[in-house]
Amino acid sequence: MTALLGARAAGGTPAATGAVVARGRRARTRRRRTVVAVLSLLVAALVVVTLCVGERVYTPLEVLRVLLGEQVPGASFNVGVLRAPRVLTGALVGVAFGTAGAVFQTMLRNALASPDIIGVSAGSSAAAVVAITMFGLSGPALSAVAVVVGLAVAVVIYALSWRGGVHGARLVLIGIAVGAMLQSVIAYAMTRAGIYDANEALRWLTGSLNSAFWATVGPLAGSLALLVPTLLVLARRLPALQLGDDAAAGLGVAPDRSRLALLVVAVATIAVATAATGPIAFVAFLSGPIAHRLLRGTGRLLVPAGLVGAVLVLGADLVGQHLLPARFPVGVVTGVLGAPYLLWLLARTNRSGGSL
Amino acid sequence: MTLTPTAATPAAPTRVRPASLRRRRTVGLVVGVVALLLAVLASLAFGARVVGWQDVVAGVLHPDTSQIAQAAVQSRVARTVLGLLVGAALGVGGAVLQGLTRNPLADPGLLGISSGASLAVVLGIMLLGLSTLTQYVWLAFAGAALTSLLVYAIGSLGREGATPLKLALAGAATTAALSSAISMVLLSRTDVLDTFRFWQVGSLGRASLAEIGQLAPFLVAGAVLAVGSARGMDAIALGDDVAVGLGQRVGLVRAAGGVAAVLLCGTAVAAAGPIGFVGLVVPHLARVLTGPGHRWLLPYSAVLGASLLLAADVVGRVVARPQEVEVGIVTAVLGAPVFIAIIRRHKVREL
Repeated sequence: MTALLGARAAGGTPAATGAVVARGRRARTRRRRTVVAVLSLLVAALVVVTLCVGERVYTPLEVLRVLLGEQVPGASFNVGVLRAPRVLTGALVGVAFGTAGAVFQTMLRNALASPDIIGVSAGSSAAAVVAITMFGLSGPALSAVAVVVGLAVAVVIYALSWRGGVHGARLVLIGIAVGAMLQSVIAYAMTRAGIYDANEALRWLTGSLNSAFWATVGPLAGSLALLVPTLLVLARRLPALQLGDDAAAGLGVAPDRSRLALLVVAVATIAVATAATGPIAFVAFLSGPIAHRLLRGTGRLLVPAGLVGAVLVLGADLVGQHLLPARFPVGVVTGVLGAPYLLWLLARTNRSGGSL
Repeated sequence: MTLTPTAATPAAPTRVRPASLRRRRTVGLVVGVVALLLAVLASLAFGARVVGWQDVVAGVLHPDTSQIAQAAVQSRVARTVLGLLVGAALGVGGAVLQGLTRNPLADPGLLGISSGASLAVVLGIMLLGLSTLTQYVWLAFAGAALTSLLVYAIGSLGREGATPLKLALAGAATTAALSSAISMVLLSRTDVLDTFRFWQVGSLGRASLAEIGQLAPFLVAGAVLAVGSARGMDAIALGDDVAVGLGQRVGLVRAAGGVAAVLLCGTAVAAAGPIGFVGLVVPHLARVLTGPGHRWLLPYSAVLGASLLLAADVVGRVVARPQEVEVGIVTAVLGAPVFIAIIRRHKVREL
């Protein structure tokens, strides 16, 4: 933008201005490609390390043989049955949280308006905690309840913030209120539970990959294979929406309908991922801003944000499993790493008054 | 929003003529006191066993503990007193917070102050093995003070100052950050979880009269400071520049009010656990009766806060007999809709 203005100010001809714009666009595309490539490599590296490292360390070659279907004594069970579904779940959930979180942040034009802060994740969490502690649910039934209630809560938040159109600020505040209410439901369920259920529920509330098995990976991968691409397609309308409702309407994007569609798909993505692992703290919140900084400004954010999400989840899980004195679920690590960054980001965005 | 004082006080009362405002205040006082008396009576009478009014009177004045009804009343005295104090503290604390930040959405729970106190208490339970109320208090103060400073500092950065949206987000984000620290502690220590999960829902059922007595001085100090800075907060409502022009020392008023809010909210959290939404809703109700002046607003908030909290506690005891729903859950379920109504009433630009 500044380059563009500079060219105009220097009295450049339209052709010269066009050249400047084209150069800027090329530079941005190049940067985005590099970022996506590096992040993909990082995800791949983390996947390999997670598969190799554990109580028993295997060489990448052994891991490869297992993945190709060979029977390797020991490794077939450790890598093929225990570690592979875990790493897959981690990557999938990371991508889901990252993309959907970035959609929320961009759509609501505020880096703090991520689903874990404005009460969207709280719907799934509250449903799951109640289901665990009061009805003893687990497995697919638990996931289904979490997804359905998560969606329902999001619809309620959306409906409550409707007053001749939905405004981002109102949606955020009402989300915070609904979230606070749901937190007290969670607290209530925790006091009614036996201590073992309470511990289980807390572990779930924090977000953990411990319940990842092949049986759970299938439904997760299937739903996300549907949801994430839909989200990417819908997100093409985001830049128009960011210009404001009137401008968006002028550009042929129906603001309210687009927002609703984006919201529903993003919430469904969050809810499916939350149902699989619990709301892994701050991944949805952090991925967007980190990707934004990597891209140094504008540009389509969702793919890089999803990759950052995967890097965060896999990296944090490695740290939680192997680098700490006790084994912590992944959500604790992302929470502790994320909290200071959150506060710093909070201070920074407020100071500049900017959105994401 | 931050610059228009009328916006912090919902519509009508600001334009009321003095005579009718006086009538409204008188009516409000009568209503408030009657509500408070009813709430106290109900709090003594209702519970797992419902008690007649003769037994309530006898149970308070000269209890004959061989009679089960009077013994029940006797056992409810402590929680009623605690409800009165905590409710009043939250009401006044909320009014002070809303006045100081010129923010209609300020509430100790939403601004993350309660979660700061919670984290401090969790660390106390874990590291120092604390288990009594008076031990919690100091930690809760420290946690509440640090967190409120942090949230306000973060929320007020930037050009427009501390807008309600920014403060609410800063509070919610800080709460998220602190609660992940809390769960890190709890996951590694099941014993701490077992103590904390009961403290974490606000409840009036845990304190004895002796413990409540030890908390009273903090509440008195907070109330005195709050009333002392009432005039200053009236001036601040007109904007800092005007307040300085009116001869108020703005920094001093802010400091005194801030200490008052931390004392009141911190004590309430230490005594009863985090109870949300009382501090948010009560000042709005009180403002309808008194208009925006803080010298009237603060005492009315105290009366209404006490009535509301006791009423919520009674509701919690009645709905799930013979078990009870903790008061913090009742206030959240009743309070969140009020919060949403406030948001819907304000224009978005003001938020």
